Amino acid sequence: MQKKISKLPFKGTPEQAAALQKVIDANKHDSSRLMGVMHEAQNIYGYLPIEVQQVIADGMGVPLEKVYGVATFYAQFSLSPKGEYNISVCLGTACYVKGSGDLMDKLKELLGIDAEECTADGRFSLTACRCIGACGLAPVLTVNDDVYGRLTTDDIPGILAKYGK
Amino acid sequence: MYRSHVLVCGGTGCTSSNSQAIIEALEKEIAANDLTKEVQVVRTGCFGLCALGPIMIVYPEGCFYSCVKVEDIPEIVSEHLLKGRIVTRLLYDETVEGDGVKALNETDFYKKQVRVALRNCGVINPESMDEYIANDGYQALAKCLTEYTPEQVIQIVTDSGLRGRGGGGFPTGRKWALTAPNKADQKYVVCNADEGDPGAFMDRSVLEGDPHCLIEAMAIAGYAIGATKGYVYVRAEYPIAVRRLQIAIDAAREAGLLGKDIFGTGFEFDLEIRLGAGAFVCGEETALMTSIEGNRGEPRPRPPYPAVKGLYGKPTVENNVETFANIPQIILRGADWFASMGTEKSKGTKVFALGGKIKHTGLVEIPMGTTLREIIEEIGGGIPNGKKFKAAQTGGPSGGCIPADLIDTPVDYDNLIAIGCMMGSGGLIVMDEDTCMVDMAKFFLEFTVDESCGKCTPCRVGTKRLLEKLEKITEGKGTLQDIDELEQLCYYIKENSLCGLGQTAPNPVLSTLRFFRDEYIAHVVDKKCPAGVCKSLMHYEIIADKCKGCTACARKCPVGAISGAVKEPHVIDTEKCIKCGVCMETCKFGAIVKQ
Repeated sequence: MQKKISKLPFKGTPEQAAALQKVIDANKHDSSRLMGVMHEAQNIYGYLPIEVQQVIADGMGVPLEKVYGVATFYAQFSLSPKGEYNISVCLGTACYVKGSGDLMDKLKELLGIDAEECTADGRFSLTACRCIGACGLAPVLTVNDDVYGRLTTDDIPGILAKYGK
Repeated sequence: MYRSHVLVCGGTGCTSSNSQAIIEALEKEIAANDLTKEVQVVRTGCFGLCALGPIMIVYPEGCFYSCVKVEDIPEIVSEHLLKGRIVTRLLYDETVEGDGVKALNETDFYKKQVRVALRNCGVINPESMDEYIANDGYQALAKCLTEYTPEQVIQIVTDSGLRGRGGGGFPTGRKWALTAPNKADQKYVVCNADEGDPGAFMDRSVLEGDPHCLIEAMAIAGYAIGATKGYVYVRAEYPIAVRRLQIAIDAAREAGLLGKDIFGTGFEFDLEIRLGAGAFVCGEETALMTSIEGNRGEPRPRPPYPAVKGLYGKPTVENNVETFANIPQIILRGADWFASMGTEKSKGTKVFALGGKIKHTGLVEIPMGTTLREIIEEIGGGIPNGKKFKAAQTGGPSGGCIPADLIDTPVDYDNLIAIGCMMGSGGLIVMDEDTCMVDMAKFFLEFTVDESCGKCTPCRVGTKRLLEKLEKITEGKGTLQDIDELEQLCYYIKENSLCGLGQTAPNPVLSTLRFFRDEYIAHVVDKKCPAGVCKSLMHYEIIADKCKGCTACARKCPVGAISGAVKEPHVIDTEKCIKCGVCMETCKFGAIVKQ
């Protein structure tokens, strides 16, 4: 699957750069820890813009194309920023059977964005995720760390309203 | 000593339905009632009955409270914990018997279960190594290191008949025996905890509920094959599991159960966690190893098998979490005990994650050979809303379905393969009459198309072509020839793909074609979706007898597809209709139906 690469300019702070450098220093002796470093970098920046990939490549002593290759291979690495609130709809089997596809469609309609996109004001982003293992609550979506279960499309406007939409 | 223990489920299912807040409220209330010295709150792993979460059990009475809310906590504390009066209204209804409480193990959900891999889940606090040790933990490792030679350990595992629980069912003892004799300066033990099948969460529950069990088992495997280093490859989607496993590894290392000179025997073994990043193909053993090495998780051709050339090119044993979770018990209780459970060629128990259209969604562990009927009707509590059972899907995107007329099949490796299905890692999704089998196959193909790593053409291009054909069929544009071509392409992909992902990707299509061919035919010949799922094949219709001619629907229709005179029955022009459903919502007389 082709990944969406953000066109928004990269805005990194010195604090973020220092945090990343610390992670790199702790792991650079073992280049097979690349993915772990990329996970940490994504925690720091929220996504992995090419500028950050370059820093990781230099720090870990691997070519940039390898970092880019890994970033594009794994679903969890994001090349575009997440919104302040990231809404993630579970499209795993159990949720799908119980209608999570309809939840996704409703969210796309209300937010005016497609999956893997972020609204222009940077408030909401929308992602489809695989099973989060809360199948007993299907269908499920998460907004950042809050989990909402046993949903119908009628619940969606109320949930968005909670986050100021 | 505490007089009462409150066990609260801290698995992902119950944590998602807010068990964390419940634990906090409990601790607050208990402190407020001055019971801190008498009552202990324990956050455990998964109990299995996730549909009723958040779940809590109060011992010594064994009261099983389900669907507990934060507001219920003051009542539970003041009534039950303080005054000893059970809060009957919150008990799981199947545990209520007359005025008394029935033991959990006697309820339909737990009665037929035999817990080996899950034996500590929901029983001990997974973050406490002492509780694991108190429950016979690390005894198996001690026994191996002090009483058995590595060859004897392998022999016990071989004799037990344990087969890989990740899906393939390869005999675990043989895997170890193939790796042990290979000489190398370094060997590895790898645990596959990259549980990627949608709807499967067995491994996560073991990691969350009993992480020390995995550490112990991997150390035993290390001793058996002569490896000193192990990796656990966990999906990053399982944050609770990762955290608890890390806590457990640190505690074990601190206690000298990992590291150099374990139990003073000179045996050395250590573990490291590696996080996955959301790639289904990494569940394939060679892809997983490539990923641990920090690369794109692409599979490599076998042979050479990992037993000869695995991680970093060294001999490697790879097993999944559930397989490992059986090992300590096999060592302690003996191969004969384990082999006494199950069927002739499938020994022991299997954990299944029940999901979909079933009353008790959750986790169950049952002896091999239990019939699907027992699993669904007795343990699972049947299909909700009085619907009819249609099929069960096992093995996720690599598996197939078991139709209703084979519901009495004893579930084991060989029986499932005989009907074109597979055990898989243990996801069991139940489907009722409202599920369209073609749509289901399409859903799984969408998954595999997304997850195909792209290295080999049959899988990369073939699965895409399969999906296109399925889309064509569900849109009502398919022909009988499409069905034939679909089937041929399936066999081609199976035979020519490089790894397990591609070789099994067509299974959902082949299996539904085998048992539900009439549904495919209904889609292409009658242009109908019998289950009423495929949108393109449905149409809205006005029942003339019920229509009052109020014109409300015609006014609301965004494309002007509805016509008719006032006070006369209206008609929908199906050519113009975009199937938005607004008319059906608008009609006050229930005169519009979807067919």
